Amino acid sequence: MRTLLCLILVILGSTGGEVAVTHAMKQIGEIQIFFPRALLGFFIRALKEKWFWIGVGLLALGFFSLLTLLTWAEVSLVIPATALSFVVGGLAAKLFLGEHLAPLRWAGIALVSLGVALVALG
Amino acid sequence: MPARNTRQLETIVLLAPIVLFASAGNVLLAKGMKQVGQAQSWSPAALAVLFAKAFANPWVWLGIASLLVFLMSFMAVLSWADYSFVAPAAAVSYALAPLLSHWWLGEVVTPMRWAGVGIICLGVALITRTPARTTGLD
Repeated sequence: MRTLLCLILVILGSTGGEVAVTHAMKQIGEIQIFFPRALLGFFIRALKEKWFWIGVGLLALGFFSLLTLLTWAEVSLVIPATALSFVVGGLAAKLFLGEHLAPLRWAGIALVSLGVALVALG
Repeated sequence: MPARNTRQLETIVLLAPIVLFASAGNVLLAKGMKQVGQAQSWSPAALAVLFAKAFANPWVWLGIASLLVFLMSFMAVLSWADYSFVAPAAAVSYALAPLLSHWWLGEVVTPMRWAGVGIICLGVALITRTPARTTGLD
């Protein structure tokens, strides 16, 4: 039970954090990466964005939940389970970021999840 | 209808620094932490010693620098590209990790792990065939 709870915190923290950071980046606006000065300005603006810090907080929560979980759970259980975060990330991107996920992308996400689980179990 | 600029090629090209710096960062951190050694106990004093040793290790610093470059390129790409495109495509790093640890750390890679590497690559190939960007287009 506490393993499941901790696992949910790991997945929600890491995925939620990345989705929040993505939302922050989309607020700042599209960047042209080959202009170094614009790039610097972009990162400074990121630090002023509320959603960036919400994202960092969630990522920290996910990271420390993972460390806690690893004090009693097997790595071979934890990492395959976190492979699910790609599927959770796809759903979150659709729901919260309004991205359009074509069937081909879902198929790719499913394969990536399976592959990551196999690499971890191997 | 005008062509929609999804910055497809640019997004895929920028997966390279994302993946390389994420993988290199993890391998460098692992190398550094193996030199640092295991925690003697979970007492605050033992953990403080462990952290002090970790931050005195050059491989740990190289690892942290690598992960910072990874994070910045990840953020820059996400300013236009879909999260549901970049995150699973960057999972190629999970395929690279066994390769790098095999070459650099001499770790043995099992057949199941090689199968996982192949399936990840196939999944990423499918994802890169979808448009990199589906939001904020006029």
